[in-house]
Order: sequence, then structure tokens, then C-alpha cells
Amino acid sequence: MENSALNIVVLVKYVPDAQFDRHLIGDAHTIDRSESILSELDEYALEAALALTDARGGAKAGNVVTALTLGPASAAVAVKKSLQIGATQGLHVNDDALAGSDAWATSLALAAAIKTLGPVDLVITGMASTDGETSIIPAQLAARLGLPQVTFASALEVDGGTVTARRDGDDYSEEIQASLPALVSVTDQANDPRYPNFKGIIAAKKKKMTTMSLADLGLSASDVGLAGSLTTVSAAAERPARTAGTIITDSGDAGIQLVDFLAAQKLI
Amino acid sequence: MSQYQPPLADITFALEHVVGYPDIAKLPAFEHADLDTVVELLEQCGEFMAEVVAPTNRQGDTQGSLLTSDATVVTPDGFKEAYRQYVEAGWGSVPLPEEFGGGGFPRTVGLVIQELMTSANMAFSLCPLLTQGAIEALLHYGDEDMKNRYLPKMVSGEWTGTMNLTEPQAGSDVGALTTRAVKNDDGSYSITGQKIFITYGDHDMAEEIVHLVLARTPGAPEGTRGISCFIVPKFLINDDGSVGARNSVQTVSLEHKMGIHASPTCVLSFEGATGYLIGEENLGMRIMFVMMNSARLGVGVQGLAVAERAYQQSLTYAQERHQGLAIGATGPSSALIEFPDVRRMLMTQRAGISAMRYLMLLDASYVDISSNHPNPAVRARANEIVGILTPICKSFGTDMGNEFTSLALQIQGGMGFIEETGAAQHVRDVRIAAIYEGTNGIQAADLVGRKLGVRNGASMLEFLATMREVETDLADAGEQFATICQELGRQFDALHEATVWMLRTGQSDPNAVLSGSSRTCACGVCAPAPGCCRVPPWQRPQPATPNWRSPNWCWLVFTLSRCCHSPQVCWARQPLAPRTSLPWTPGSCPGPAAGS
Ligand SMILES: Cc1cc2nc3c(=O)[nH]c(=O)nc-3n(C[C@H](O)[C@H](O)[C@H](O)COP(=O)(O)OP(=O)(O)OC[C@H]3O[C@@H](n4cnc5c(N)ncnc54)[C@H](O)[C@@H]3O)c2cc1C
Repeated sequence: MENSALNIVVLVKYVPDAQFDRHLIGDAHTIDRSESILSELDEYALEAALALTDARGGAKAGNVVTALTLGPASAAVAVKKSLQIGATQGLHVNDDALAGSDAWATSLALAAAIKTLGPVDLVITGMASTDGETSIIPAQLAARLGLPQVTFASALEVDGGTVTARRDGDDYSEEIQASLPALVSVTDQANDPRYPNFKGIIAAKKKKMTTMSLADLGLSASDVGLAGSLTTVSAAAERPARTAGTIITDSGDAGIQLVDFLAAQKLI
Repeated sequence: MSQYQPPLADITFALEHVVGYPDIAKLPAFEHADLDTVVELLEQCGEFMAEVVAPTNRQGDTQGSLLTSDATVVTPDGFKEAYRQYVEAGWGSVPLPEEFGGGGFPRTVGLVIQELMTSANMAFSLCPLLTQGAIEALLHYGDEDMKNRYLPKMVSGEWTGTMNLTEPQAGSDVGALTTRAVKNDDGSYSITGQKIFITYGDHDMAEEIVHLVLARTPGAPEGTRGISCFIVPKFLINDDGSVGARNSVQTVSLEHKMGIHASPTCVLSFEGATGYLIGEENLGMRIMFVMMNSARLGVGVQGLAVAERAYQQSLTYAQERHQGLAIGATGPSSALIEFPDVRRMLMTQRAGISAMRYLMLLDASYVDISSNHPNPAVRARANEIVGILTPICKSFGTDMGNEFTSLALQIQGGMGFIEETGAAQHVRDVRIAAIYEGTNGIQAADLVGRKLGVRNGASMLEFLATMREVETDLADAGEQFATICQELGRQFDALHEATVWMLRTGQSDPNAVLSGSSRTCACGVCAPAPGCCRVPPWQRPQPATPNWRSPNWCWLVFTLSRCCHSPQVCWARQPLAPRTSLPWTPGSCPGPAAGS
């Protein structure tokens, strides 16, 4: 089993680009996705998968890295970018009924999608999405798939049928092992994600990209979306614009005023 | 300092609508390089350059490359890692032959990649640029063994290249070089001499450096006819292709320069170094000419690329900095961009940068036609046009690079003059581009001395006639374009007159043509080309032609020859009109008012 080919699924999410201002739209408190990209945190998950499969001879040796996303038609961008970076194939779950799904409903659909891929050795995810930031999908998914979960790995190794991960706490570091198949979420300390190679970008055009609907997954509309969600967002408001700072005019006591201000903010 | 944003909208617009890229992609062997694929590539390439290479620009300037006590060169922090990623991502190999691991894409695409990389960091980009020059010389004149030995790793970027022409007494006059090459028993040569100003002559970003060295064999003819071209690797290559013993070429010192501090400019000493002849003896200049067209266009792009980066920074500054209140404005204060004079400076840059980009890409597209068109007559004509456009791209691009980076600095006022903001770096960096790779004076001499006389002037006159076809389009384009049409006609007349005068006078009084007039022609041709005439009175051909002014919109004339609805025309003509009133889709070509 040592160094045998791996079948890995990487979850990739299409999220608003953090470089731009982010906005909420509509009554459902959803995020405007017009300036969106592959979540940066998911690039670490993809890199972790590619490092493992590269070391085992890559796609030629039968290794498979499937980039899986769930989202509207535009979310295909996240899969496409993953294919350009090096994933072997893409799977995009897209159905209008999925709109408004919370983590619970999302993990249900993702689990169903992963099951269509046959026996999988590893599911790798990022540590959080850069938009919703719940970090709970990995745990829910592991439970739904009956896999051991190793979360927040900052280093990852697979040897034979065992995955070993390092988790770094504030003042400790622990090493965790699990037997394959398993689910691992990786942090932004795990590796240095690669940029797409120009030949990879060309090759990506020929890679397999599957789109599945709820029906393809054997789910019904009521399982997901707002109906299938356990949580609802009851209110959301954009952060108010930054207020103007305080301007102190010096009439001899500016120093004292400054110190008072800093003390009031508990900065000194 | 503001971040670099790859101007992909304008580049895509230029490829699709200005230089007719879709037709280039139909040429044999370019079928895989359709516009959609190319745009996809360029988006990723732009992201790479902006995220990986651009952040090294400032550090490179302040730290510079250094010569260590063991005579090796260390590049600034971050360069080695950025270069490693550059090689991994494979951007240098895109336009190179598939046979040696490249992507086989058109030169036009390679030129855009070069622009993106140069905007990100000009000093960094010189290493791949020089490597590409060396690759081209080897591709055309190297023997099979040489190509197989060196090209794959140079194409991938794992090994880099240099060009060794200049010696203390041989700058513009390459023929004056004295480095000697004596044949050894095994067929290799022993190279001895000193080269100066060698860009990336040594560095720590690659395991091997392949020097292309010009030298003389014993008894070779005087001047340029007696020059041969050699490969002198930093490390000898073993028969199994591995890197072997150190060759005797040493870096004696590094120059302290006005700009491109990160690019090591080396004095190299060759002391009986082992070299391998490329092609035959005394073919050196011909080999150099092969790479020169390529490198000269590449240097022209430096003017464009650094101007683009400087412009972006000046635009951001003009949007963020508030001073006083513009006439008619309300509120506590106005951003600089609201002031007409600042807008003028922004739009002069914007229009000029677009014109430069279109001109460079046009030249590159003719390079592609000259190499890949099935019809030999079309290839030959394209080659003539490349001959005309290349010295123009080099000198026009770099002259404008100087001018526009200076304008960008001007917009930033006192802060522009302060080093921390980075505006000054662009001015300093781009200054070299008008000097190296044949000074702009040498480009003018090339244009007038070599290119003008091709087919007794018919080549140039045919080219001018093609340019003038735009006048019909303009005349049909409506009232809005009437003044442009009129002014353009005047500029064309002046250019035609200057060209004819030079052709006539060249025989009887070549010095008259080459002195004032060489400059006139360089400016004259490239000027109405992108539409700018800026020739001082004493350089005017007789009879003096009216109005050599340089109104902004004139930059666009050349563009117009391919695309008469270029947005810039309207910007230039209606400087303060809000962007939304312009008759084309927003986003296809963002202008100075974008985001304001
Ligand atoms: C940073 C830097 C990097 C460089 N990199 C390289 C490199 O990698 N490899 C390399 O080989 N060289 C390199 N060079 C050298 C560069 O190409 C030369 O400096 C350039 O060709 C000009 O030569 P020169 O400095 O001797 O000037 P000169 O030839 O002395 O010229 C001085 C002036 O006289 C004018 N002039 C000279 N001859 C003529 C003529 N016949 N007609 C009209 N005008 C003329 C020039 O236009 C110029 O204005 C580099 C130089 C610098 C500064």
C-alpha cells in the first residue's frame, strides 16, 4: 500500500475577492459574488493534495485529485482555476434549489457528491471559507461520510494507509494519526500554494469537468436551500463606514489630551 | 506604493481589435493559440506578475545586486524565490519552439507577457529578456548538438543567457571590439578579453549562465566583418548534460547605476575561457542581427511597461490626494484628478501608453506573419515592415517612457520626488532603455541608413500609403472626427515630404540626412505613426511644413489605421466628458476617468 496511488477530493469554494469591498444583496442576506475567485484558503488544500500525488507519480501513476465545488454557474471558475493549478478533474454541483443553503444543507449535498466518486482515500478542505467562515463543513462532512476527521493540519503526510498531521496550538503542537480514508482540513501554514503553470492552463482545457444537479445526487429540493437548512440569517448589516478620527487642536495641553485619549482606549 | 494592476482590458482590446490577433491565430502552427486561450493565459500571467514579481520591485531598487568577496553576485532579497516560481510557472517558454519545451505561441503573445513582467519589475525582467536573445541566436545559427545541449534548459529558464558585445572602446561601434578567440585542438576556442556592462553577467538565480560572446579570431577582417559569436558557459557542460567545471570567466566588478539597481551590470574578464563557435567564423554580426530585432522590440516594450506602471501610480495618487477646490466643484476639497491640468497629464500618459502598446503589438504581429504566413511574398513584406517598425518601437517607446514616467512623477508633486513613493524609481529605471541595445541615435541611423533605402524607398512609401488608408475611414466616421482627419492629413503630408526629401538627399548629402534629419525621421515616422510630431524647426525638412505641434489626440492616429473607433480619440477630444457618455462598452478600455 505504501506510495500507492491516491484518490483525493479537494473542496474548493467560489468566494468574493477579499481585495475588493464586499457587499450583501437582497433580503436573504447573501453575498454579492460579482468579483469572486477561488477561496485563497482552499489553495492550501489543493496544494496539499497535489504535493501528495506529485510524490506518487501524479496523474500518470493513477493518482486523482478531484476539485469539488457547490455553487451557482459562476462557481465553475473555482473548479477551472483548480484544474489549471493541477487538479485532475472537476465536479460542480449546481442547482437553483441550493440557493440559501446553510452549512448543514451544504454538507449534505457535498457528501452526496463525494459518494458519486467511488472509494476516496482523502477529502482535503481548507481551514475555513473566506466568506462564511463557519469552519464547520469539514466536521459535518466527516460525520456524514463516516470518516475520521483531522482538522487544522499545518503539516500533512501519508504513509501507507495512515495520514499523519501536525496541529499547532498557541503553546503546543500535537501530532495526530488517522487511518485512510479520512478527512483533513489544512491551515494556511501547511504549504506554499503553487501558481498555475502555463502548460497546466493549456492542459486544463482538456480536463474532465462534470456538473451535477440535485437529481443527479438523489436529493430533493426540500433537503437543501432555505428549506433544508437548520439555521437562518435573521439580520445582517454592512459594517458602518469608518468614522472620522478625533482631531486635537494644540492649545498647550495637546500632550495631556493625547495621553488621556490613549488611556481611555486602554492602549497605554 | 500602489499595487500593479495588469491592464488586461486594454491588452485584450488591442489584440482583438487593433492588431487583428484572431488572424495571427489562424496562421499555420498557431492554431492552438486562439484568442480565448491567450486571454486565459494572460489573465493568469498577469496575476502571477502582480503577486509574485511586482512586490520585489522596490526592494530590488533599494538593495540592489551585490558582488561578494568570492566574486559572485547576490541578487536582492526575494529575487531568487520569485525567479524560481517564474521558471516553475513557465512564462518565459510560452513563445518559444515546442521542440525545445516551449509553448509555440506567437511572438505577439510573448510580447504581452514581456510587458506584464517588465511593468512588475523591469530590473528582474532583464534576465529573461537577455536569455531570450541568446536563445534566438542559438535557434537560428546553433548546430543540433549545441541546441540540444543548451536550449531545453534555457527555454525553461533553468539556465539564463547574456549578450557580451560591449568593451570599453567598443560601444555603439561594435566593430572596434578586441576580445580574442583562438582555436584549440579539440575544435573549441580559447577566449580572452574584457567585456563591460554585461547585464546579469553573474547572479544567483540560476545554476548556469550561458554567455554569448563576440570576439575576433586571429587574422579576421577589420570591423564588424571580422566578428565571430561564441557560447561561453559559466560552467562547462559534461557529456551527460550535467553542469561541470567552472569556466574561466570572472566578474571583476559591478557598476553603480542611476536605475535598474537590481540588475547586475558586470565587468566580465575572460582569461582563456573555453568557448564554442556558433555558426561559422566572422558570422557574428549576422547572428547578432537576428537577436537584435527581437531584443530591440523588447527594449521598446520597457518604455511602455514602466510608463504603464508609473501611470497607474499617478492615477491612484490623483484620485486620493485632495488639494483646493476645482472650478465648479462642490464639497470641502477636490481630488487632484478634478483639475484640468492634472487630467491633461493623465490623459497624455493614457493615450500615449495605448498608442505605444498598439504599435509594439503591431510590430510583433508582423514578426509572426513574417515567420508563419504560408505565402512567401506576404512573409517578405512583413519582414520589411518589421525592419521599419522595430527601430521606431525601440526609440519611440523609450523616448516616451522617459517622458511619461516624468509626467507621472509631476502629478505626484513633491511626493513624486521623494524616493519612498517609488515614482522616482520609474524615472530612473526607464532612463537606460533609450541608451542600451543600440542608442536611440543608432536606431535613427538604422531607420534612415538601412530601412529607408529598401527597394529604393518603395518599402517605406508603400507603408506610408497603407497608413493613409485610415483617412478614408476617418472621413466616413462623421463630423466628430473631422478635425482629427484634417490634422492627421497634415501630419501625413509632412511625413511623406520628409521621407521623400531624405530619399532624394540621402545620396548627395548623407550627412545632412543623418545629422538633423536622422532624428527627424525617427521622430517623423514614429510620430505620425502614433501621431506625434515633435521636431524642432532646425530639423524640419524643406520646405518647412506647417504645424509640428503635438496635440494629444495625435498619438492615436496609428491606432486609427486599424481601429477608427478607438476610445482614446474621444477622450482626447472631449477631455472632461464623463466616461459613461462615450459610445462603446465600458470596461473594454478603461481610461483615466475610471474609478474617479
Ligand atoms: C545598464 C547597462 C546595461 C547594459 N547591458 C549590456 C549587455 O548586456 N551587453 C552588452 O554588450 N552591452 C550592454 N550595455 C552597453 C550598451 O549597449 C552601450 O552602452 C550602448 O550601446 C552605447 O555605447 P556607449 O556607452 O559606448 O556609448 P557611445 O557609443 O560612446 O555613444 C555616446 C553617444 O554618441 C552617439 N553615437 C555614437 N556613435 C554614433 C553613430 N555612429 N551615429 C550616431 N550617434 C552615435 C550615441 O547615440 C550616444 O548618444 C549596457 C549598458 C548599460 C549602461
